[in-house]
Amino acid sequence: MKSDYIATIGLEVHVQLKTKSKMFCGCAIEYGAEPNTHVCPTCLGLPGALPVMNLEALRMTALTGLIFQCDVAPICKFDRKNYYYPDMPKNYQISQYDLPICQNGEVPLHDLAYPKDAQKSIKNADKRVRLIRIHLEEDVAKNFHFETTSGIDFNRAGTPLMEIVSQPDIESPEEAFAYLTSLKQALIYADVSDADMEKGQLRCDCNVSVRPSHQTEYGVKIELKNLNSISGVRRALAFEIDRQISALERGEKLSQETRRWDDDRGETFLMRTKESAHDYRYFPDPDLLPVKTEVFMPAVRARLPELPWFKRERFVREYGISSYDAGVLTDDLELSRYFEAAAKGAKRPKAVANYVLNDLLSALAAAGKSVEECPIEPQHLAELTGLIEDGKINSKQGKEVFAEMFASGEAPEEIVEAKGLKQESDIDAIKLLCQQTIEANPKSVEDYRAGKGAAINFLKGQVMKASKGKANPNLVGETLEKLLSGV
Amino acid sequence: MSATKFDVRYIAELARIKLEPAEIATFESQLGHVLEHVEKLNQLDVSEVEPTAHSFPIYNIFREDQIRPSLEREAALANAPRQAQGLFIVTKVVE
Amino acid sequence: MALSSLTVHEALDLLRRKEISPKEIVEALVKRIQEIDGAVHGYLSFDPERALKDAEHADVSLPLGGIPIAIKDVVSVQGHPCGCASKILQGYIAPFDATVIKKLRAAGAIPFGRTNMDEFAMGSSTENSAFGPSRNPWDADRTPGGSSGGSAAVVAADEALAALGSDTGGSIRQPAALCGCVGVKPTYGRVSRYGLVAFASSLDQIGPLTKNVRDAALIMNVISGADPCDSTTLDEPVPDYTADLDKGVKNLTLGLPKEYFIKGLDPQVEEAVRAAVAWYEKLGAKIVDISLPHTEYALSTYYIIAPAEASANLARFDGVRYGFRADGITGLSDHYGKTREEGFGQEVKRRIILGTYALSSGYYDAFYLRAQKVRTLIRRDFDDAFATVDAILCPTSPTPAFKLGERTGDPLQMYLADIFTLAANMAGICGISIPCGFAEVDGKKLPVGLQILGKALNEATMFRVANAYEQSTDWHRAKPLFGAESERLKGEK
Repeated sequence: MKSDYIATIGLEVHVQLKTKSKMFCGCAIEYGAEPNTHVCPTCLGLPGALPVMNLEALRMTALTGLIFQCDVAPICKFDRKNYYYPDMPKNYQISQYDLPICQNGEVPLHDLAYPKDAQKSIKNADKRVRLIRIHLEEDVAKNFHFETTSGIDFNRAGTPLMEIVSQPDIESPEEAFAYLTSLKQALIYADVSDADMEKGQLRCDCNVSVRPSHQTEYGVKIELKNLNSISGVRRALAFEIDRQISALERGEKLSQETRRWDDDRGETFLMRTKESAHDYRYFPDPDLLPVKTEVFMPAVRARLPELPWFKRERFVREYGISSYDAGVLTDDLELSRYFEAAAKGAKRPKAVANYVLNDLLSALAAAGKSVEECPIEPQHLAELTGLIEDGKINSKQGKEVFAEMFASGEAPEEIVEAKGLKQESDIDAIKLLCQQTIEANPKSVEDYRAGKGAAINFLKGQVMKASKGKANPNLVGETLEKLLSGV
Repeated sequence: MSATKFDVRYIAELARIKLEPAEIATFESQLGHVLEHVEKLNQLDVSEVEPTAHSFPIYNIFREDQIRPSLEREAALANAPRQAQGLFIVTKVVE
Repeated sequence: MALSSLTVHEALDLLRRKEISPKEIVEALVKRIQEIDGAVHGYLSFDPERALKDAEHADVSLPLGGIPIAIKDVVSVQGHPCGCASKILQGYIAPFDATVIKKLRAAGAIPFGRTNMDEFAMGSSTENSAFGPSRNPWDADRTPGGSSGGSAAVVAADEALAALGSDTGGSIRQPAALCGCVGVKPTYGRVSRYGLVAFASSLDQIGPLTKNVRDAALIMNVISGADPCDSTTLDEPVPDYTADLDKGVKNLTLGLPKEYFIKGLDPQVEEAVRAAVAWYEKLGAKIVDISLPHTEYALSTYYIIAPAEASANLARFDGVRYGFRADGITGLSDHYGKTREEGFGQEVKRRIILGTYALSSGYYDAFYLRAQKVRTLIRRDFDDAFATVDAILCPTSPTPAFKLGERTGDPLQMYLADIFTLAANMAGICGISIPCGFAEVDGKKLPVGLQILGKALNEATMFRVANAYEQSTDWHRAKPLFGAESERLKGEK
């Protein structure tokens, strides 16, 4: 982005809550089920059917509000938002208009939430993006498009959907990326959504405008749609900001419009210009009663999770690892849990962190497994680092044992035992081997005594060989030195 | 609230009802009369009055997050004017 | 006496004594319907085979065991059409039972037939039915009232022992008055709306239409109560509504609202109602004058709130998932526009337009919100009144049955038919209409209804007051000479 322009970005994020049943009926929520198998009179909008609120969805939304330090409203209500579309069973959506569950609040952007290539050049460390509101509504159905017709599957219709609306505080595509990453991470930590963009569990619309840096009023707002991944949001915004700046530089006037991002072509395309303003005719849904949140807030507060950014600080403090390592470990909730389970039983948590961040993550990546599918018990990883720490095996053996643990899921002790890898640390046995080696290699002894210090390495190698690699190399070195210096 | 005449064409569009020009004229005049009657409400000072949405001040009617049986797909689709491959079929929707 | 002219409680007695069987009642009704419903047109459809089958399995020991009950075409019964007398629901077969139907079935009753109504319950004469009007059994040239006109007509004409209707602004009480039967609008939230096709959600209630007060109480015993499927139902105990029926009105205070005896009230109606009031005094009730000062605003308030809610409630009728879909559609907006143009009748369109307008951008505060506030004032009027009286007496309808076609050209004139009934819906209180005499018009006897309004959730007192009058008078026993009417109509054809 040219430095003499400022971009202003606000995001509207829709998040599907991971309740078992839908927002206003008891139909199960299941991604990828056979079409129209999770529908009932209520979510099909049949004549006479009525909605009843799913309390868990309200709790989850309030919990999300607490995480982002929103004000949770003492009273909220549901309204009907009227518009016609075939994916809307009732042709009105039950949503929240003037009394949403949550208002205000903020999402902190952390260094590691930025794209990797941008982490070195974060403009505004500790940035917080303010939220306007979080409200709860029902999701619509899914349309499939054929040549001359469209088909509708109402399985998704009625899934509880949180809409999180940010202030236009975001100034770059990278910040938008960091915002979405941070948001997603916190939602997963709170266990309110799986927030998988590919499955449509997290969907995002962007409003973006640019203006010359000397100008105070905002530029013309353009809405971007069809953003299917967090990196796609970054690409789309980068393209759109450039497009708008170029247009302004050419002296063109931008007009308020909605554009569609085509990720394959890397361009945005005009969908529609500003229509006659929507007239949604909101009014309180007479089928539903107002909600006093106080009745469920104590239970919600009890569910407040340790947030990733606090966990990161704690890991640094408790386990003596670097902030960067703690950041990577806490980036993924499951990984942070794995690490902590292992580190708790370990003598040197730092060594556990190293094993997790280097060996374990690459092994998982190579095997295409998630942390939950990790074949190594966290306790076993702690034991492995313990064996190395205690000198029972050397670090090279450690890698071998690790590979075996990953393949078989067995405990490290068992593997060491089975493979006969245990280091010989019996002083007498090592002394005997050393003496035998000295006797068998007079030339090297002579060299050593003549001041060729490196000759001891040859002798050391011979001892290790004789022990079939099991001798503790440090002990061997010490013993050889003692014997050769005639002590 | 002076609105004895109003744009029936625009409102009908919002309500997704096609109307013939003659119908528009009829509705305009008939509903104009109704709205004149409704203007009576302007005589009242309601600035200090809370609106009534439900006749009883009740709150917090919820259900727990429990799955209940859905309709069989055949039953769900049985009333569809047109269906195929388990989907409700409509004229092509252009996004 | 034909079994079709039995009342519910009479039938229950005979059934329990095994003097008759449920099947015989159903057969008698089928016969009666076949004889005269061509002229009354109270039913849109009925399925005698299914009713007979249900009758065979009926457990007569249950509270309504073996009693067939006619159902207004706005209440969902699994496997039956639920068309709201509209073309737009053409072919729709409901895949679920309304809560009231579940409750009726559990009490042994047999849902029987679909009664005619004004399309989507919008109207006061059944003339807005897409399938033609029902006729008043007392004078076939006149309307039975509406919107539950079919239910009232079939009860009055002995084509049903009892029926369910729905009441949003008087749609049970007004036709009951015009047909000479008993009609109850329960307290809002007393009876579940789950399965009732919504017209105005904050006003709609299902209630019974019967031949006498006791029958209405018996049905209310069964259909009342909280429902986890309807958030707006009230979680309050349901008393036995028959328990206080015979306690009389001594020591009760009954209020007479001055705003209900106004210009425009038919003199014969006024006379009959005033006579009923005098009779109550004789029975030992204390009659006091009261005022419901915001009565004059009720109609305006109603005609904002009800259409506004309806405009959203009726948005779902779009030909996508069920019902009628227009032919020759060129695109999505054409699909909606044509389907709804061809599927809805005039009055429904008129109210959707009115309601859409009242909610549209810039008008919400001036119309909908203001109306909701005036609604509060109307509710307070009743709160104040019920602080001093046990029930309120007033006419149900300002006129007796009017002629078919008489008001169809003037919506406002039609809306005035509900002027005495809609305040109860706005306030959420309960009300009942019972026969209290006749007006004689063009040589025909036309029933007049007395409306008794009760405090919210105090149906018991309302029934008690109604029953005291009914038990000491004979009006409810009068029968229309429908055989003669029927013959006359045949002659006309």
